[in-house]
Amino acid sequence: MKYWMIVKSGINRKKIRTFMTIFSIATAFLLFSLGRSVAVAFNSEVDFAGKDRLIVVSRLAFTESLPMAHKNRIETVEGVDTVVWRQWFGGTYKERQNFFPKWPVPDNYFDVYPEWELSEGAEEAFSRNITGMIVGKDLADQFGWKIGDRIPIIADIWPKKGGGVWEFDLVGTYTNKTSNEQDEAFINWKYFDEARLYETGRPGNYIVKIKNPEQAESIAKEIDELFKNSLDETKTSTEEAFSRMFAEQIGNIGLIINSVLAASFFTILLLTGNTMSQAVRERTPELGALKAVGFPDRLIMLFVLAESFLLCVAGALIGVLIAYLLFPMFSGVAIGFSGEIEFSISIVISAILVAFITALISGVLPALSAMRLNVVDALRKN
Amino acid sequence: MSFIRQVLLVTNMNLRSILERSGSSLVIIVGIAGSVAVMVSLLAMAEGLSSTISSTGEEDRVIILRDGSSSELSSGVAMTELDTVSSSPGIKSIDGEPMIAGELFAIIDLKKKGAESTSNLPIRGVQPASFKIRPEIEIVEGRNFTTGTAEIIVGKGANNQYEGLEIGDQIKVRDSFATVVGIFSSNGNVHESEIWADLAAAQGLFRRGASASSMILKLNSPDSFDEVGLFVESYPNLELKVQSESDFYENQSSGADLIKVFGQVVGYIMAIGAVFAALNTMYSAVSTRLVEIGTLRALGFKGTTVLLALLIEALLLATIGGLLGGAIAYLLFNGYTVSTLAGGSFSQTAFAFAVTGEIIQQGLTLALFVGFIGGVFPAWNAARRDITEALRSI
Repeated sequence: MKYWMIVKSGINRKKIRTFMTIFSIATAFLLFSLGRSVAVAFNSEVDFAGKDRLIVVSRLAFTESLPMAHKNRIETVEGVDTVVWRQWFGGTYKERQNFFPKWPVPDNYFDVYPEWELSEGAEEAFSRNITGMIVGKDLADQFGWKIGDRIPIIADIWPKKGGGVWEFDLVGTYTNKTSNEQDEAFINWKYFDEARLYETGRPGNYIVKIKNPEQAESIAKEIDELFKNSLDETKTSTEEAFSRMFAEQIGNIGLIINSVLAASFFTILLLTGNTMSQAVRERTPELGALKAVGFPDRLIMLFVLAESFLLCVAGALIGVLIAYLLFPMFSGVAIGFSGEIEFSISIVISAILVAFITALISGVLPALSAMRLNVVDALRKN
Repeated sequence: MSFIRQVLLVTNMNLRSILERSGSSLVIIVGIAGSVAVMVSLLAMAEGLSSTISSTGEEDRVIILRDGSSSELSSGVAMTELDTVSSSPGIKSIDGEPMIAGELFAIIDLKKKGAESTSNLPIRGVQPASFKIRPEIEIVEGRNFTTGTAEIIVGKGANNQYEGLEIGDQIKVRDSFATVVGIFSSNGNVHESEIWADLAAAQGLFRRGASASSMILKLNSPDSFDEVGLFVESYPNLELKVQSESDFYENQSSGADLIKVFGQVVGYIMAIGAVFAALNTMYSAVSTRLVEIGTLRALGFKGTTVLLALLIEALLLATIGGLLGGAIAYLLFNGYTVSTLAGGSFSQTAFAFAVTGEIIQQGLTLALFVGFIGGVFPAWNAARRDITEALRSI
């Protein structure tokens, strides 16, 4: 700590330059945070608690429905625990912007998602009330819904027999214990299936809970084998692989945006590194003087490195802070099918890590040349 | 007159010394080139996507969906409803036949070239009138499908991006096979990312019975739009939404707007970073030249002359950086074709990056802005320095 004065005087030498260097590092890290969160949004790095769930969709396309008879046949596969089903409901709540997934599901659907905590009495009310609806906590908060509210949904894919708006009664909410994915709505299958205009008796896809996650691949294969060459061939994958398929489809674009952001991040760091080494070069005589009065080489190198660390970490923290303040602007902007730009603690951690690496890379060359300074040459430059 | 000459003289002197200071000048150029390249490439992506989607729509064409649906995928119309609508006034007809068609829009999972998993490729069941309504559809290879058979034609974009969609290839749909007999182009719009089949065959393959997803029709003129709207409204049991095709595709391109905003935000953030870098560089460029500047002032050159000359230097470097950045983005991305999930349709649309003149202009404006801010403060600082103080720093 006793050398703090020397490091400080290096930083204070040209205040304007220090200030601007810190801020250009800050903009680099603002871009870095943006890039990280976009990467998360595009790759939907969603942590699925259950590796023990498979999704069975039609092989033709995930939008095609499957017959109800598949359920009993899937249950015969060794290692299958529970089979539930769902259908993409589509529809609109008031305005098109209010997008959230809505799924008609059977009563026991929630057994397959043990990581969800349902509000008290929700499951019982859902099975009793034919127009019942259970929604994620985030959705209820977003629209200010309370239990007992009647939620109107305008139909698109599934018109009601006789036409008109679907209406559901909110009977409960759920929170997700393992992630913040709690923004979907579930409605009672029996009501949906009876009241829809067509395709009655055909679910969209099946969710299969299996006993041993290690068997996922072989069970998936066996299920697809069951229906091979039938009119309704299936494609079974783990829940995780299914959502990765969507990410892959947005694919290229996410990759391009990310590489563009990475390129800009490195460009700014390059510029900053240049500024820092210039700052050290200008100070050659002073460093020479320090050496002349007996400071060891290694200490001189540490002074220069410490300065670079201070600038980088300060810049990184400021950049991440700006990102934190700026991100609410982007919130709710859903990119593609799932995932949105969100700020997370992992961004802060990775930013600080990258700041250290940056400091090392941009500081090490000037630090080495400072260490190797020949006292006589250095002083002669004066 | 002599003032301008003086400015040019000093600028010239500064520029000659640029080579000696090539390192720091390069910092400005690279910083600005980077910001411009980033912004131009993101905007070119947005432009490519949005023009591909919105160029599909025409003012004199109308698309009819089920009321409440915002995309063809979530819509359904009965063929009997099509019969009703076809007697509406305002629809153009040729040889006594109204130009209206029912179309089925579905998706089918196929593998993109080089991909592990499958992607959602749109497939459109069309009627003979569909081709008359859309004259931009042109068979470029092979032939059109024969009505009533399970033959299909493939858009140029889909043919490019997917495996197994060459002429003669077969794709499996449930228990039957459809054969590719032709490749079509459609002026680079979204239909090039689709597979087209005969409506009746598609209804069979996808088990849709006597229903389609949407109706498309051609108007006598864009003004006839209201006639169709009023006609549909006069049937209370028709729950249909009538909209012009251009409005429909304009709405579908909202994803592109998002990329555009994102590109601008990133471009400006990066420009701020480049401003800091430019400021740093110009400040040190000025401080290493304090003696020269002091000497010029002592010789009688005005402070404003020095200021303008330094500013011109910064703007010149900025222009070089801007052009370089635009050129990098152009060479890397212009015409580069990608495909993504677009619109509300959950299906793939292929599009090419488009680096337009307007986008390059935006990039250059950004570059000049960075150059101006990065140059004006150090130049101002240098110009008002006390002459003796400047000379003393020898």
